[in-house]
This record gives sequence, C-alpha cells and structure tokens, in this order.
Amino acid sequence: MRIGRVAGTVVSTINVPIYENRRLLMVDLLDERGRDTGGYLICVDAVGAGYQETVLILDEGNGARQVVGDPNAPIRAVVVGIVDQLFVDGEVQPID
Amino acid sequence: MQLGEVIGTVVATVKYEGLEGVRFLIVQPLDRERRPVGRPVVAADGVHMAAPGDTVYFIGIREAALALPEPFVPVDHAICGIVDHVERP
Repeated sequence: MRIGRVAGTVVSTINVPIYENRRLLMVDLLDERGRDTGGYLICVDAVGAGYQETVLILDEGNGARQVVGDPNAPIRAVVVGIVDQLFVDGEVQPID
Repeated sequence: MQLGEVIGTVVATVKYEGLEGVRFLIVQPLDRERRPVGRPVVAADGVHMAAPGDTVYFIGIREAALALPEPFVPVDHAICGIVDHVERP
C-alpha cells in the first residue's frame, strides 16, 4: 500500500463500463514522511476522499477487485483510507 | 492506473487466439503535468475508440486483460478510458 495526496479528479466520458459512476482521483504519491515523491497514480475512490487529503492507496488488482465487488473489474489502484496521522522515527510527520 | 497519450496504432493480422478484433495502440506514458515520461508501450484499446492524440488512462499487468471482452488473453497494458480533463480545484 502507498500513501498519497489527492491532487485532482480525472473526468472521462468514454470508458470501460465498470468505471461508470465512480470517482477517479489523481493522487500524488508521498514518502513515509509525507513528502512529495514526484510520482502519481490514478485511483478509484472507495472512501469519499477530498481534494488535498492524505490517503491510503491499495495498488494491487486482486484486493481492488474485491473492494469494487466485481471479480473481472479492470481496476488496480483504489483509495481505501484517509490518513489522519503519520508517526515515523518517534515523530509525528506533517501531512497537510 | 496512469495517464498516457495515444501516439500511434499497431496493425497485426496474426494474433494469439482471443485477440481477434482487439485494437492495439502505441501509448506514451505521461507524468502528472502531462509531460512524456519513459518509453512508449503498446496497449490494447479497452474502449474501442481511442485514437492518436487522445489522452487516456491505462492499466498495467494482469488487470489489463480484464478490460477486454475476453479476460484471459496475453495483454499487459490496456486503455480503460479517454480523459476529457483533469480537475484541480
């Protein structure tokens, strides 16, 4: 799993049917201290994450298909949590 | 999943069984600012209507085949949707 920050929403009209009525988020990837790594993932939102929120990402297909409830869904990355706090090396890391 | 830009098409007459009718496109992966990053890949077109110039999002490895009508085919990248725009409030 990865930690990321919601950077925007991907708007798509033409897509594979499983993506209908699902929010697609642009999520910038963070390191363990909440710093930007330069990478990103497009994720399906499963928790209602908002703009600039720090989130927990699952980037693995089998679990992702379980989250969306379809064993044949072409989905790999899912936002599965909203991070309240990162505690690394005995310190709370700034995540906002 | 990742953003990409369709930059070309691939025509293949002889294909593995199950890939009949599947379109193959050359996709340049993009970074978050939509600049090209890394080498282009050949991706199956899961939406049947992506064309050169389109910005798309695509999926890699095993999940790619699930975007196609036949889910057990030898494919490692597939286009899942055409991007209209990315909203950043």
